[in-house]
Amino acid sequence: MDLLINIVEQLINGLRTGSIYALIALGYTMVYGIAKMINFAHGDIIMVGAYSLYVFYGILGLPAVAAVLLSVVVCVVLGVVIEKVAYKPLRNAQPLAVLITAIGVSFLLQNLALLIFKATPIPFGSIIKVPSVQIAGIHISGITIVTLVVTTISMIALTLFINRTKAGRAMRAVSEDKGAAELMGISVNGTISLTFAIGSALAAIAGLLFICQYESLQPTLGALPGIKAFVAAVLGGIGSVPGAMLGGIILGIIESLSKAYISTQLSDAIVFGVLVIVLLVKPSGLLGKIRIEKV
Amino acid sequence: MKHKKYQKLLINVIIAVLIYALVMMAIQFGWIGRQFLSMIVPVCTNVMLAVSLCLIVGFLGELTLGHAAFMSVGAYSGALVTLNVPLPSWLALALGLVIGGVTAALAGVIIGVPVLRLRGDYLAIVTLGFGEIIKSIFNTLGITGGAGGLSGIPMLTTYRNFTLVFILMLIVIVVVANLVNSRQGRAICAIRDNYIAAEAAGIKISKYKVMAFVISAFFAGVAGVIYAHNISILKPGNFDYNQSIEFLVMVVLGGMGSIRGSIIAAVILTLLPEVLRGVADYRMLVYSIVLIAMMLFNNSALKAKLVARKNMRKSTEVSKEA
Repeated sequence: MDLLINIVEQLINGLRTGSIYALIALGYTMVYGIAKMINFAHGDIIMVGAYSLYVFYGILGLPAVAAVLLSVVVCVVLGVVIEKVAYKPLRNAQPLAVLITAIGVSFLLQNLALLIFKATPIPFGSIIKVPSVQIAGIHISGITIVTLVVTTISMIALTLFINRTKAGRAMRAVSEDKGAAELMGISVNGTISLTFAIGSALAAIAGLLFICQYESLQPTLGALPGIKAFVAAVLGGIGSVPGAMLGGIILGIIESLSKAYISTQLSDAIVFGVLVIVLLVKPSGLLGKIRIEKV
Repeated sequence: MKHKKYQKLLINVIIAVLIYALVMMAIQFGWIGRQFLSMIVPVCTNVMLAVSLCLIVGFLGELTLGHAAFMSVGAYSGALVTLNVPLPSWLALALGLVIGGVTAALAGVIIGVPVLRLRGDYLAIVTLGFGEIIKSIFNTLGITGGAGGLSGIPMLTTYRNFTLVFILMLIVIVVVANLVNSRQGRAICAIRDNYIAAEAAGIKISKYKVMAFVISAFFAGVAGVIYAHNISILKPGNFDYNQSIEFLVMVVLGGMGSIRGSIIAAVILTLLPEVLRGVADYRMLVYSIVLIAMMLFNNSALKAKLVARKNMRKSTEVSKEA
């Protein structure tokens, strides 16, 4: 019975981490679907979100809700600016150039944070103060509940937005065929900016949840969740929105279980091993579509 | 045409001999301080790493973010050989160099197999993941000393043995340069330029891709062995993602697809932090800005204009000659 409870608790832990990964993975997958590039700087947007929460809430002492909203705004503006300055001039360049630029942007953000906030981790108390719950002997922390609720709401909102609104339809059209979408009068540049804005907002929310869980700030805090979320996006099939959600949750559960039952140190290796295997067996991911390349 | 080729070769040989003589004299007569003496071997290993990475990024046109992992595989296996094999130190080092290179090449084969199916972004992320896997394996394995790392590795490739290091570096450069100008090298470049056309022309893409990866990994492993026997301590943390990015910056800054550029960039970027000690905090910041600026410039209208003007000048020269 104890083992069962333990397993269920680990699954819930995995669900919590996984839903954060899923939020980040959504940003990757949407940007990839539309701009056909990996936004390596996406993970660092998480870091920027966490630090801006620290600045607004911890230093300036704004109320929690205002601090959260401002952090999201900062990330959205940053995401759009990065797209305009660094990625837009390279839209017709070879993929390698775009990828290297994205890595450069990621490094730039990390090192700016390093210069401003220094390398020593900053302790930061959680802003979520919800009591934990006990259900049938299973302990669920308040942060877990908030994380699950927030991510579920975000995902439902995003799905509705993409499927039901005009802007969402424009996004789907651009990701399918940029040229044809432009001929139909869709502003491609505007849609790409919108995608970056939404992706960055999701990353900011993920960053806030992440920081409430780990309670410590570091300039590189976004790198590893960023990479893992990318793994999640690939696992689910990059470019597919439900795939990113599914991939994130699966990855979180795998990570949590391997941390609990195999080895903490090897859990990263296991996560990346899963990625390699998935790419070898099904390169398009679990829910991805295979595109036949035409000459 | 042939005459020109030999002229070029001669110039390169003269440059190499001059550099060797200069560094040797500097070591013998104590022209340079301790700080720079200790930089001599890192410069050489970084040149080897940059040149070998240039083969993948510059000529094959694939991005890999795991070059430091190849280096670490070579470094660890080479160091384990010299630490555990009861042979005279020079023989042990020779064995270590071979084994370090071969194990790194094996890692190259392992990573080369997914390469057959992946391109571009996916490949970059798999190599990144591969680097992380290697790092966590070294962190957990008992034989590699875990997070504490290996120490007490005999210092066999310090600046006192500059001749050996220099010769190894020249071998790497000559092999890569010759490879690039050979039939295989042309095939690799063809894959970079247009893999569909290359495949249609009968080039076996998978074979050449794996070949490029294996050769590059082998040399990275050899450089790793030299690195290990220079600093004598190995820690898994030394070979992280940032390290791979640093090699990438060297290749990009040198001009992708230019071996000479990679060499020059590697030398400058290794010495620069030593010269600019006071502003060390800003080093990575400057690197990242340089990366972005290079990429933006490469694809800007300004560059297109400059290239067009250069071509114009060349064509008028040619027509004058005629």
